[in-house]
Amino acid sequence: MPAVLATSETLGEKLEVRGVTRRTFLAFCTSLTATLALPSVFSERIAHALETSAKPTLIWLEFQDCAGNTESFLRAHNPGVAELILDILSLDYHETIMAAAGTQAEAAKEVALEPGGHILVVEGSVPTADGGVYCTIAGRTALQQLEEAAEGAAAIINVGTCSSFGGIPAASPNPTGAKGVPDVVKNVPIINLPGCPMNVDNLLGTIAHYLTFGALPATDGQARPLFAYGQRIHDNCERRAHFDAGQFALEWGDEGHRKGWCLYKLGCKGPTTFHNCPSQRWNMGTSWPVGAGHGCVGCSEADFWDTMSPFYERLPKPPGFGVTTTADQIGLGIVAATAIGFGAHGVAKVIQHRRADGNSEEPVPETTVDEKGSDE
Amino acid sequence: MARIVVDPVTRIEGHLRVEVEVDGGSVTDAWSSCTMWRGIETILKGRDPRDAWYFTQRICGVCTTVHALASVRAVENALGIVPPLNAQLIRNLIALSQFVQDHVVHFYHLHALDWVDVVSALDADPAATAELASSISDYPRSGASHFAAVQTRLANFVAGGRLGPFAQGYWGHSAYKLPPEANLMAVSHYLDALDFQREYIRIHAILGGKNPHLQTYLVGGMAVPIDPNSQNAINAGTLLELRKLLESGLRFVSQAYIPDVLAVASFYTDWAAIGSGLGNYMAFGDFPTGTQNPSVDPEALYLPSGLILNNDLSTVVPLDPTKITEYVAHSWFNYEEGDEVPLPPFEGETSPNYTGPEPPYEFLDTDNKYSWLKSPRYDDLPVEVGPLARMLVAYGSGHTRVKELVDFVLGTLGVGAEALFSTLGRTAARAIEAQVLAEHSLTVLDQLAANISGGDIAIHNGELWEPSSWPDTASGFGMHEAPRGALSHWVTIADGAIDHYQIVVPSTWNAGPRDGNGTSGAYESALLGTPIADPTQPLEILRTVHSFDPCMACAAHILDKDGNPIVEVSVT
Repeated sequence: MPAVLATSETLGEKLEVRGVTRRTFLAFCTSLTATLALPSVFSERIAHALETSAKPTLIWLEFQDCAGNTESFLRAHNPGVAELILDILSLDYHETIMAAAGTQAEAAKEVALEPGGHILVVEGSVPTADGGVYCTIAGRTALQQLEEAAEGAAAIINVGTCSSFGGIPAASPNPTGAKGVPDVVKNVPIINLPGCPMNVDNLLGTIAHYLTFGALPATDGQARPLFAYGQRIHDNCERRAHFDAGQFALEWGDEGHRKGWCLYKLGCKGPTTFHNCPSQRWNMGTSWPVGAGHGCVGCSEADFWDTMSPFYERLPKPPGFGVTTTADQIGLGIVAATAIGFGAHGVAKVIQHRRADGNSEEPVPETTVDEKGSDE
Repeated sequence: MARIVVDPVTRIEGHLRVEVEVDGGSVTDAWSSCTMWRGIETILKGRDPRDAWYFTQRICGVCTTVHALASVRAVENALGIVPPLNAQLIRNLIALSQFVQDHVVHFYHLHALDWVDVVSALDADPAATAELASSISDYPRSGASHFAAVQTRLANFVAGGRLGPFAQGYWGHSAYKLPPEANLMAVSHYLDALDFQREYIRIHAILGGKNPHLQTYLVGGMAVPIDPNSQNAINAGTLLELRKLLESGLRFVSQAYIPDVLAVASFYTDWAAIGSGLGNYMAFGDFPTGTQNPSVDPEALYLPSGLILNNDLSTVVPLDPTKITEYVAHSWFNYEEGDEVPLPPFEGETSPNYTGPEPPYEFLDTDNKYSWLKSPRYDDLPVEVGPLARMLVAYGSGHTRVKELVDFVLGTLGVGAEALFSTLGRTAARAIEAQVLAEHSLTVLDQLAANISGGDIAIHNGELWEPSSWPDTASGFGMHEAPRGALSHWVTIADGAIDHYQIVVPSTWNAGPRDGNGTSGAYESALLGTPIADPTQPLEILRTVHSFDPCMACAAHILDKDGNPIVEVSVT
């Protein structure tokens, strides 16, 4: 059992008391298992871990943020946020939600930090220029607040691209010297859940993984859990068949757009973005940006504000990589340098099919017709 | 005399600090400070104006639609682009549902705990609670067994000894006036509202791909296609689902939100004489009924524009956007020509200049600069913006539905119109507005369905999509009524890129520091005279500040102007 767990009343007991049926609870565990991309047999193990674990302490800090990840947290379903804050977690500090303010709020945090072993959730980037004056809370800088709360933490979970990588405040020219948490805190295990905002399903999945297996989930080279960021958007996209068939939306509202064809030519960054949006979707599985009709902008990638914009320009020259590629294989350097693109496999398909399709007069951009570097 | 610091002000968006002086049991002076700044307008410089909505949207994840909409309106205004009617109506639907969502979450999750003593609910009689609930509303989850279950749940939670977000609250404070039964009912609805907001906001996932941070705005229209004969576009099934969700919003507002506000307010009518503030109110108006850009064509808006000055409801002063300026006299910025003279948005400047105390600090230097907010003024006057301003302007303009509801609420509480100018008035106005706009959202959906059935499926005007079709330089502004008040974006485009961008935000109007004349803004002014029963517990301060629904990430922004180093962004 991880150190974070104190031995007090367990979730199983709590749920019994408030009359949550076992069936409802198991349905929740099944959905978490799916989020975690685990075989369904793990559902029971997750149920057991959640039932027998006491509430972990969560401290949620907000720095240079927009509260978008907080809002995403409020959209939690199965279990809902009421169950989360009353039964599953002890959310001892969260400025947007907590009743106390000022002195009382800071006192609540001190009490919660005292025993250590808490999970620290961070939202927003940390400004480092000019002595940190660009974000203060209770008269102390974001960095001072962060260092105190990180001390003794069992783990830090960065929710959103800002705390993971710096995000929009760190976009060029980064006026406040904004940094992601991994750049300023060392010696504490870190999980990054980038996305603008993060999908709350992935936060719950990470916490469930931790409680179930007593360890943080496996990650890629950017500390992103593989269960959520192990595959490219492009490879799981419901429009992928249209890409392979050379069927592209060319203008907003045209026939291809209305029929759900591929959005690559309208700027979609799905081919260079690692995230489980297509399978997990958003807001109780209702939809996701590409599903609704707008291209992916790559919001779970470091520095996407600079490397993926202008958002409506097609992806430039691809180095070529196939559907089994992970972010680590592509490499941080390539993403940072915007040498991005998609697999020659897909390009070949485009060439192969375009004679037979309505878009044939629209040439595939020269930069994408690049057979070099194929890893097929 | 004692100086009280509230930092962080919680249950808001962002980082707000309030310092007040208390003498003889009430506030005698107040300073409002935003303690976070990112510089998003600086970051925008040199980028594609078609991307600006996506960048500015990240100013705030709570009011996650408002900057996107103001931004596309600004760029469309600059370039002379008229979006199709369908796009306009979809934008309206997204904005209207944002209002309902935002106002409900504000009342139940950000504001209610200022009035509702959670712990007192443990003493309630569930049967009496059921009686109370059924006497004010036909809301379904109002039986004695339901309230007993909520109470048991709460009792177990408290007995567990881990109060989580409710730890260190002001439970038992003498300013809490509700009987235990009203507290239990409110706690029950607090939990219900958590479920409601998650379900209702699926409207945004349907029309925007996800919430927060919807992703279907476009300069020139929307990216969500319409085609009754496609499974990948808005079709009859989508419209039906939207109707179901919009109706659920109207139901929750009319069955829970409005009755709850009235019930709570009836125990706090003394707060109808506290927190009045400036007496000047401004609304830009919004919700165009056709394809007009409300920034340039204020006619035919569902909610009207204008100003109410000196609490005089008999006169609505017409709005003139050229009278908007901003001061930095008490803000951590510098102006080239001196900080005492305000600048209009198109001539705004960037120059952050922190002169405050070195952190960690105990008090701000409130005689000098003390906030990352500027001080916007209209015709050199401080004005309040937000739901109260909009309802007052609509009331003064003779808006039929607003007038009906305002009169109904005043009559139910047995107070006169002067009660509107108060902390309680702000909270009531927000609920009234939620009702008016939830109703209007169904009208807009009808209009959208009618337009589609007439054969119009256009969602984007692509004539000026390519930057090569744009003039060398262009300027424009976009106005929008955000849930927290009047919002405007001001853009100058040169050679296909953003040359200058400025945002004047509702919470900047309300929360800004003193201006060059030493005049306070809305928060500072409204806090004067607030009674303080216990100087170590800032409950009453929170009531008035929360009545504005602060959004500090929105409020803290920066202006940009020539002379700033232009950093070339990566354009591949």
